[in-house]
Amino acid sequence: MTSADSTLRELSFGQAINEGLRQEMRRDPNVIVLGEDIAGAAGRAHLGFVDAWGGPMRATRGLIQEFGAERVIDTPISEMGFVGAAVGAAMTGLRPVVEVMFVDLIGMCYDQIINQAAKMHYMMGGKVEVPLVIRTAFGTRGDKRSYGGGAAAHHSQTLYSTLAHIPGLKVVVPSTAYNAKGLTISAIRDNGPVVVLEHKFLGLQAKGHVPEESYLVPIGKAEIVRRGTDVTLCGAGRMVHLCLEAADALAKEQISAEVIDLLTLNPLDEETIFQSVRQTHRLVVVDEDTPVCSVARDIAARVAERAFDYLDAPIKTVTAADTPVPFSAVLEALYTPRAEQILAAVHEQIE
Amino acid sequence: MVMEVLPRASGLPSAERQRWMYERMSLIRQFEERLKWLVETGVPVGPVHYYIGQEAVAVGVCAALDKGDWIASTHRGHGHCIAKEVSVASMMAELFGKATGSNRGKGGSMHITDITKGILGVNPINGAGVAHAVGAALSAKVRKTKQVSVAFFGEGAAGVGTLHECMNMAAIWKLPVIFVCENNGYAQTTPFEYANAAPNVADRASAYRMPGVIVDGQDVLAVWEATVAAVARARSGEGPSLIECKTYRYFGHHQGDDTKRYRLPEEERAARERDCLTLFRERCKMQGPLATLELDEIDAKNKAAMDEAVDFARTSPLPEAVELWTNVYVPNGRLSS
Repeated sequence: MTSADSTLRELSFGQAINEGLRQEMRRDPNVIVLGEDIAGAAGRAHLGFVDAWGGPMRATRGLIQEFGAERVIDTPISEMGFVGAAVGAAMTGLRPVVEVMFVDLIGMCYDQIINQAAKMHYMMGGKVEVPLVIRTAFGTRGDKRSYGGGAAAHHSQTLYSTLAHIPGLKVVVPSTAYNAKGLTISAIRDNGPVVVLEHKFLGLQAKGHVPEESYLVPIGKAEIVRRGTDVTLCGAGRMVHLCLEAADALAKEQISAEVIDLLTLNPLDEETIFQSVRQTHRLVVVDEDTPVCSVARDIAARVAERAFDYLDAPIKTVTAADTPVPFSAVLEALYTPRAEQILAAVHEQIE
Repeated sequence: MVMEVLPRASGLPSAERQRWMYERMSLIRQFEERLKWLVETGVPVGPVHYYIGQEAVAVGVCAALDKGDWIASTHRGHGHCIAKEVSVASMMAELFGKATGSNRGKGGSMHITDITKGILGVNPINGAGVAHAVGAALSAKVRKTKQVSVAFFGEGAAGVGTLHECMNMAAIWKLPVIFVCENNGYAQTTPFEYANAAPNVADRASAYRMPGVIVDGQDVLAVWEATVAAVARARSGEGPSLIECKTYRYFGHHQGDDTKRYRLPEEERAARERDCLTLFRERCKMQGPLATLELDEIDAKNKAAMDEAVDFARTSPLPEAVELWTNVYVPNGRLSS
């Protein structure tokens, strides 16, 4: 690293999203943000309280101080209502960014997302735009502690398969502070509904250099984050870091793994995956969601249909267990994908 | 606004019942204080939402129920479980993620429960449990069991559409359900006065043609009295009631939440001056039926119970790996007899 590199500004995942939101709100007065406790202490500025919370990752903290309560709107616990209202606002000139605190709560507003936002453009024959962003936190922690546990069945899910399944809905999953900011901005500028899934436990893994200026990370484009020749590993969000961890371990065994960060789950960047598989001849898809009807199996099916001739071994998937998310830390650690499972999958393919 | 009122219950609970009420309030307080201490000393128990300050609501309501009656709880559910006499040892073991936990380590704080005690679940999806209580009341009506059910919900969940749908259905079908709003003033950091158009959740009752009452949620006897009347109405087939208990949570929304960012210290001090346990003790001092010494003995017994509960939790085994895969699907035949 040169001395210039060491002065590069680093941001956390939450700070990067915050900056993306802030820059878009400055650029376009039609961008509003709304959700539960996105500022916090709503209506209490007269008592000296503003900005008490800022969302699960503090991604919206400070926005109310710059843009005011007209554009940074704390809502009651009314997901069906405020997501639906955001759809209506998006159809009539605003570019709302809604926060659904955790993806587990998507059930409370699923109709508004899958039947209303996703299909409105199609149902109206292309005559309406729905420039709506839904930000939501997801994911398991994955580190095993002595006892206790995580947030269990209603606050730890991934569920992005249930969103990627819906035509008309774009679904993106950032993995680093850099692409979190760029994807947030791209999602806001997109004229259709985009769900941004933000992993709760990326922490230090995602922290990194983020340019101060505004920039786009394109929706619908995957990124090769490590070059390799023997096997392709692909995943999204925290799973990208798990793939990189596995790739490091494989390198010690003289196995060269290529790692693809999917970034967008729908529309999926098939070409990047196909091109990689044509060169490595092996594919392991890593998915934090449960396996049935999953993104992992969808990718496996697409590769099996379109790049089968290039494969030297059966495609492998490493997914969460096909169970609800358990509370106990020892069980949660078994539930969520682990690097050793990726290694085992590669070993099966190569031996 | 025309609001039906519930008839007043006559008299006070028996001395034995009042003893039980104090014993449960004290146990909830001690459970939560012990849990808070464990959290603060670094024991990983996952996200927890302390019930401290609101004990009189869970206990006052459950004191008016029969053992066979149902409740549905919220994310802030430890108090409801203890008021329904769930074993504190099994609850603590659950928080430690142990195989001996009330949910075999699979649920944790936000799902901690015991269906055999009449609890339909502790539920961190706001308003979800309200529907389950309405369903249990429908079940009781269809099966003619004379059971009643209680839907506990916070004033935050009053914003959820489910609540309106459920109150309307319960009213048109005259279901034996009691909607108990625990209004502690804050949904996470969002003040009630910001999030609710009316000054009280109870104001909604008239729109559904059910009685709606506002109760001092720090006074366990007042909560009990209102619930007794609502239970009588429910059991006699007259339909649902709404009881709004004005209460206060002493600490943050969960263990990581700093109340100084949204509440004034003087407000917190004033609320704590009306502590439900202290009020009960003072009342006993003036009017009985329990002597201060008896109350102290109850506290001491509860302290010993909490020592045992924590020991049990610490020494219990972790779940076997296979437990990840059990209980996913309901086996056929097991539930029917």
